[in-house]
Amino acid sequence: MIRHIDLGSVLRGTVSEQYTNLVTRPTGNAVRGAIEAILGNEAEDAVTVIDFTHVGLLDYSCADEIIAKLLQRYDAREPADARGAVYFVFRGLNDLHIESIEWVLNHHGLALVAEPVDGEPHLIGAVDDEARTVWAVVGRIGACSALVVAEQSGLEPTQAERALVDLWRRRLLRRENDQYLAARVVS
Amino acid sequence: MSTVINVPSSLDDQGIEKVLEQLAAVPVDAPVLFDARHARWGTPYGLTAMLTIGQTRGEKATFSGPEADDVASYWARTGFYKHAEGIFQLTGHVPRGRTPGESEVLLEVTPIAHAEDVHNVVARIQHKAQQILQSLHIDSKASMGFAMTLSEACQNIIEHAGTGGWVAVQVYEWRKRLGRRVVVIAVCDAGQGFRRSLETTQGRRLGDRWDDGAALEEAVLRGVSRFTDKGRGQGLAGIRRYVGRWDGKLTVRSGTARLSIIPTWDDDVPLTKQLPAFPGAQMQIVIPERLTR
Repeated sequence: MIRHIDLGSVLRGTVSEQYTNLVTRPTGNAVRGAIEAILGNEAEDAVTVIDFTHVGLLDYSCADEIIAKLLQRYDAREPADARGAVYFVFRGLNDLHIESIEWVLNHHGLALVAEPVDGEPHLIGAVDDEARTVWAVVGRIGACSALVVAEQSGLEPTQAERALVDLWRRRLLRRENDQYLAARVVS
Repeated sequence: MSTVINVPSSLDDQGIEKVLEQLAAVPVDAPVLFDARHARWGTPYGLTAMLTIGQTRGEKATFSGPEADDVASYWARTGFYKHAEGIFQLTGHVPRGRTPGESEVLLEVTPIAHAEDVHNVVARIQHKAQQILQSLHIDSKASMGFAMTLSEACQNIIEHAGTGGWVAVQVYEWRKRLGRRVVVIAVCDAGQGFRRSLETTQGRRLGDRWDDGAALEEAVLRGVSRFTDKGRGQGLAGIRRYVGRWDGKLTVRSGTARLSIIPTWDDDVPLTKQLPAFPGAQMQIVIPERLTR
C-alpha cells in the first residue's frame, strides 16, 4: 500500500489556508497530528510519501516537531512507542528543506529516505558509510538477500546482515521474508 | 515630578545601555520622561528595546521624540511611533500621517505574541530579503536561511518569554564600526529572561555559579532549553550557525548579562556581566555586506 500526503495541503487544511511555510513548533505539532491521523493505528506494511513540493520554508523547530517526532514514533528501535510498520519517503525536498532536516536528524541520530527535487533518492541524516553502501546496493538491484548484498558491496555477510537489519528497524528498508527492498516508490 | 532619562544621540545597543544605566536607580513605578529630542539615529535594536523598556514601567512613561524632522520621519517609517502611542505618553514632536514600510526598513517594528505572528513576519520578509541580501552580495539562497533565522529568533519570544515582544529588521550603513552596509534583526521582549526560564533545570546543577551570564552560556552556547525534549534548543544553535556562515555577529542580552558571538571584524567582548538589569531577553543579529574582490 502506498499513501501520498501533500504536506502543503495538510498545512493549509490544518493550520491556515494562507500559509505555505512550515515554521514554529505549534504549526509543526498540528501538522504532525494531522499526518498521524491520516496514518491511523493500523499495523500494516505501508509506504507513505510525504510530499514537500508545495512547502516554502521549513525551519528547524518545525522540522524537529514534524519529521524527528514522526520518525521516532515509527522507529522499530524504540519498541515501547513504535507503531505499525510505516516506511516514509520524503519527496520534493529542495536544498533548504534538506538543510533543516539534516540538522535535526543528526541531532537525534535519525535518518530518512529523501527524493529531492533534483537528484536521485538517497539517505540523509545519521547513517554510517556501511549502511549507506548497503542501502545503495538494495536501491540499485531491488529485492535481494543479505548474501547478495554482501557480494555486491564487498562487505562480510555478517556485516551486511547487521546493516540490513538496522536499516529495516529504522524503516529505511523493507523486509519480506529474507529479502530486503528499498523503502521508496518507483514512479 | 518625573525623572528625566536622556536618550543618547545614537539609540543603538550601546545607547540603550546608557538609558538603562540612568534608569537603574529609578523605582519601576516612578514617573519617567524619556528625552529623545536630540536623538539622531535609531537602530532596530534601539527602537524595539525602547518600546520594551516602556512596557516595563509601572506608570506609563512620557516619551519626547527626536526634534529633527528627518530622524522623526525615519522612526515613524520604522513603525516605532505606531506602537509607541500605546506604550508612552508622547510629547513634543510627534510625526503624523507617516506610514511604515520604506525600502530600507525590511520589516517595520512588529509585535510578536503568537505563532501566527511568526508566520506573517516570515511571509512578509521572504521576497524582500532576497533582493536586499543580493544587494549586500550575499548568495540569494541565503535569503531562505535569513527567514529561518528570523523565524527562530521570534519563536524564542513565544516559547520562553511568557509575554509578547517585538521584532524589526533594517538595512543600513554601519559606518563607524564597519564601514559597510549591514542587515540587522532585533528581537526584544520583557518576559522572564533566560535565567528564570532555565532555573529549574539548570540552576541547581550550577549552584553558586548560576546567574544571567551562566544562563546565556547554557542557552546560546550549549543549546540548553527548559524543555526536557531532546529536540529543543536547536533554534538558537541554528541562528548561531547562520550567523557564523555569513560572518555575522550575534548578541543576546538578558537580565544583567550580554553574550556575543563575535566575528573577526568586531572587537566586542564575549560575555559582559553586571550590566543594569533589563527584564526579558534582547537579541541582535548583524549580517554584514560581503566584500567583493
